[in-house]
Amino acid sequence: MANYPQVLFQNRRPDRIATLEEYRAGGGYQALAEVVTRRSRREVQEIVLDAALLGRGGAAFPAGRKMMTIAADAPFPRYLVCNADEMEPGTFKDRVLIHADPHMLIEGIAITAWAVRAEKAVIFIRPEYENAARILEREIRIAAAAGYLGRGILGSDYGLEVVVHRSAGRYICGEVTAQLNALMGRRPNPKQPPPYATEKGLWDRPTLAHNVETLACVPHIVRNGAEWFKRLALTPTGAGTKIFGISGKVRRPGCYELPIGIRLSEIVEECAGGMLDGSEFKACLPGGASTGFLPRQHYHIEMDFDALKKAGNRLGTGAIMVFDHKTCLVAATLNLMEFFARESCGWCTPCREGLPYIHDLLARIEAGEGEPEFIPMLEEMKVHLFRSYCAFAPGAAAPLESLLAHFREEVQEHIREKRCPFRKEPGLGVVAPLQPRYIG
Amino acid sequence: MLPKDLKDRLEAEIMHVEHPRELAVDVMFAIQDHYGYLSDEALAEAAALLGMTPLELDELATFYTFTFREPVGKYVIHVCDSVVCWMNGYESVRDYLSRTLGVGLGETTADGLFTLLPVCCIGYCDRSPAMLVNRRVYGELTPEKIDGILEKLRGDAASGAVPPRVQAIDGKTG
Repeated sequence: MANYPQVLFQNRRPDRIATLEEYRAGGGYQALAEVVTRRSRREVQEIVLDAALLGRGGAAFPAGRKMMTIAADAPFPRYLVCNADEMEPGTFKDRVLIHADPHMLIEGIAITAWAVRAEKAVIFIRPEYENAARILEREIRIAAAAGYLGRGILGSDYGLEVVVHRSAGRYICGEVTAQLNALMGRRPNPKQPPPYATEKGLWDRPTLAHNVETLACVPHIVRNGAEWFKRLALTPTGAGTKIFGISGKVRRPGCYELPIGIRLSEIVEECAGGMLDGSEFKACLPGGASTGFLPRQHYHIEMDFDALKKAGNRLGTGAIMVFDHKTCLVAATLNLMEFFARESCGWCTPCREGLPYIHDLLARIEAGEGEPEFIPMLEEMKVHLFRSYCAFAPGAAAPLESLLAHFREEVQEHIREKRCPFRKEPGLGVVAPLQPRYIG
Repeated sequence: MLPKDLKDRLEAEIMHVEHPRELAVDVMFAIQDHYGYLSDEALAEAAALLGMTPLELDELATFYTFTFREPVGKYVIHVCDSVVCWMNGYESVRDYLSRTLGVGLGETTADGLFTLLPVCCIGYCDRSPAMLVNRRVYGELTPEKIDGILEKLRGDAASGAVPPRVQAIDGKTG
């Protein structure tokens, strides 16, 4: 495997978390010391913008531009929210990053909060990551004791409090406006902007929200410059490295830090050790459940935001889920629709009603009860999903859309043969009902 | 009624923040840990502490996956049924657990020890198929491994060890 520069994972060890001393030995907290004493806030915002750092949580919004939307004369207090919810199926990079080097995230939070003069930062974390929450709470105390957080950071007049907020678990909480509602103890429905969070977010105050990995890039960009960051990528349109999480039918699932623009085939073969014995690459979801199936013809695609966009897909969170030739993609899409239907917050009709409807049509097709007119029905319902209130339902449409675009013959075969061609047992299957929400 | 020390601790935490309801989840978790689940009475106590109406808090309690409005077993098993675990054998893990425990999804064993629930992607796709027991993760599940886990948990419960509601390991690697 080629030796690519390790930036975010430079202190990653197989068996334990990097300590503050280890993080510092690699230059950690130098960027924070420099910005609070020698840089202007505008300079930091500009360097992040120039570095072309795109949001790593899935939406790929330019991080520098987002920082700049907090107006210079915006009211105080201002908040920074670090999104560690990571509930996009297939995604586990932020967990690995926090467990590898928590101070890298803490420094990224401190610099970013400083750049917009936020006085409080909240790390919003999913309940499944209780270990990561405890690690962060402990390391935040250690960072504060060392003068990197709290009042008068490194002798400056800047103060920052960082707290960990535990969620009780729901996918929609990863959506920023829903997350803000969750943080305020309200039902986490998304809100439609305007006003934008950067204007009126948490408690109606200016609030900047970034993903864990995005924030972890910031200290490196400040220390090494925008050009250095851009050159980390293999493609001219890309910038930086990316933590790719690969899972599914590969030999070595896991998280790998690789340059943006690396070929998908290289990730599958070199990093993940190739396909499992007896498995052939059929398709992958390149960046979580809200991206489309990427068929075999794109096996050598450059994993860059731009290249994926050109292929009609998205890099998303960089969570690559690999399907083999023995896996039924109608059944896979049915599973994904089950997820989306269950996790829909229920606030708006296209999402609440559309997803169970799509689930039902796919369940019938998978069970051998599909009819040819189901395909145009699915296409019509897919259009309705785009009329929803937030990005959740359009995200859910991505796998369905790509199933119909690239694997239509597989869907038609189910309908024609009145059975799932991947199932051994002949005849009719059982139409899977949508599961109820239990106990909650 | 909540014991005085727990109530005092929660009141102190609430006093410390500007907006009490931002602690809604923390308070629900603490009270759920004490009672085992959020009964109507428990929810009313939590709401009173937070200065919310029980209905306002119920909007949250019924929304989230890890707040329980019905009684659950000492050990809550959440089996991941999202797409990676699904392709790596979720159905057989679920069926094996169901058969071994003698309960279906959403049910609790007669001895009150185990509740079996499906859950969406828990972020351990590198160790799939995976499940959580009281929020502690177990991955690369096989029938033998599940037998071992259940046996250990039964042993813990029989020896009177009170199972923690959140079994976090003070983490090494992810």
